[in-house]
Amino acid sequence: MNAPSALLDEAAGAGRDLNARSLRADARREQLRLLALLSPSLFLVFAIIIVPIGWLFWLSLFDEAGAFSASNYARFFEQASYIKTFITTFKVAFIVTGACVLLGYPLAYMLSQLPRRAASICLIFVILPFWTSVLVRTYAWLVILQRKGLINSWLIDLGVISQPLPLANNLSGVVIGMTHILLPFLVLPLYASMKTIDTDCLRAGMNLGAGPVATFRQIFFPLSLPGLASGVVIVFVLCLGFFVTPALMGGGKVIMWAMRMEQTTSLYSNWGAGAALGVVLLLVTLALLGLFQWLLGARAIGVWSSR
Amino acid sequence: MSGDVGLPISHRQRLWLYALGGLVLLFLIAPSVIIVIMSFSDSTLLQFPPRQWSLRWYQSYFQSLEWRDATVVSVKVAVMTVLVATPLGTAAAYAINRGTLRFNGTINALLTASLIIPVILIGIGTFFLYARIGLNNTLTGLVIAHTVQALPLVVLTVLSGLRSYDMNQERVARSLGAGRIGAFWQVTMPQIRFSIVSGALFAFITSFDEVVVSLFISGGETTTLTRRMFNALRDQIDPTIAAISTCLIVLSVLLLSVAQIFGRRH
Repeated sequence: MNAPSALLDEAAGAGRDLNARSLRADARREQLRLLALLSPSLFLVFAIIIVPIGWLFWLSLFDEAGAFSASNYARFFEQASYIKTFITTFKVAFIVTGACVLLGYPLAYMLSQLPRRAASICLIFVILPFWTSVLVRTYAWLVILQRKGLINSWLIDLGVISQPLPLANNLSGVVIGMTHILLPFLVLPLYASMKTIDTDCLRAGMNLGAGPVATFRQIFFPLSLPGLASGVVIVFVLCLGFFVTPALMGGGKVIMWAMRMEQTTSLYSNWGAGAALGVVLLLVTLALLGLFQWLLGARAIGVWSSR
Repeated sequence: MSGDVGLPISHRQRLWLYALGGLVLLFLIAPSVIIVIMSFSDSTLLQFPPRQWSLRWYQSYFQSLEWRDATVVSVKVAVMTVLVATPLGTAAAYAINRGTLRFNGTINALLTASLIIPVILIGIGTFFLYARIGLNNTLTGLVIAHTVQALPLVVLTVLSGLRSYDMNQERVARSLGAGRIGAFWQVTMPQIRFSIVSGALFAFITSFDEVVVSLFISGGETTTLTRRMFNALRDQIDPTIAAISTCLIVLSVLLLSVAQIFGRRH
């Protein structure tokens, strides 16, 4: 009895090995097939995004004479015009983000409290501008805000003012235009996260005697903070690299980071300096997103898909 | 009682909230509405509401060779972007959804990189690359650049469709003798086709509305509509742009409604 069973065991073991081997080969083939499906997309992203950015990074390490130096970066601390650009950029980013929070939080809160049907109708008003061309919306604000624009002509017709107010072609124009464009980026993730807040928590709070204000302040608001934070980070990061609105509504007076990059490369063909600006912008963006992700977990990327 | 949320706070107590929210909604939608109405004005002056109505700005749009050429370029590029980005993005989403690849996280990050990297950097980088390989001011160059911008949206949209689909159905089809492609085409595709169509629509809008990259890499005969608009806005405010803007708004509304209808049926 012993010998045959040992033989059987051996045969079974060999069979298992064979099976395992062919399974492994199969899994490998499967991996290759999946990679083949991914490869065209990955190749395009690699060729159009990674390679040029790497190239620009390399360029930024050389000065105009072609010598290896950090002069492109040292410039940022030495030249007043660069420092001014950074100050303007961060100033606009803070103001716009603040305005988006002030306008967006009540709106998202209202949407989250409305019955489903009403909320989805109101949401159209948020999503539609979101998918309307940035150029169209910037043009609209130019029409509304410029010297002979709608607001000024209304106010003059009504006799409120005699001289047109400088609303466009300056900082206020840029801030209003950018706030309008970026507001949905705050409202949509904030609304989505507010919808996940369990109303039982709020009801429990009210049952225990908290008034509406206390319930909001002690329960709802803290629970909505992660959603608010993701919206704030997105808006802030998008502000830093914003181009179209400052270029069209800044009247040449509000030079932001992205405009500076365009001017340095297109106007002055100084690729090294423009590239250095781009590298720092990318690093700041990634650092902010990374910090945010570290603080709040995997939300950061997921939020982008809300678009 | 406030609807399905059911907190013991009446609508009356919330009036201030509705007023505030309504004002913000007005702020969001008013500019588009104003532009649509202004585009039918008869005057070169910016008056609202317009005193006389006419279609002269639409005429000036459709009769201008420059605007028409730019529109044709944009439509061509957007259609080709859809044709390239949709299959590529769907294939990528399919592979990511399996989740068996070793570098899934890295791949995901790479494919969605263009959402995070500042567009201005992509624009300058692409221009720089294209200058070396002669793709500036070409349709091919525009389509490739726009495809990269549209890919993340297609991938994310199709991926969300695949997540709610049971891949076992495809396995059943294959165990019953269907080939790999046949199983995908006949079993999986019909069930995720709404996500694929939505992804394609998003790709179209992304390409058609794209400004910054086009500003760098398009020009001459391949000037896109957005590039021409951008340059026109830098000089002066021509009411023709109100007519063009209205067409763009209508296009967005149409595409979004189609996506919405498809989404609901899904």
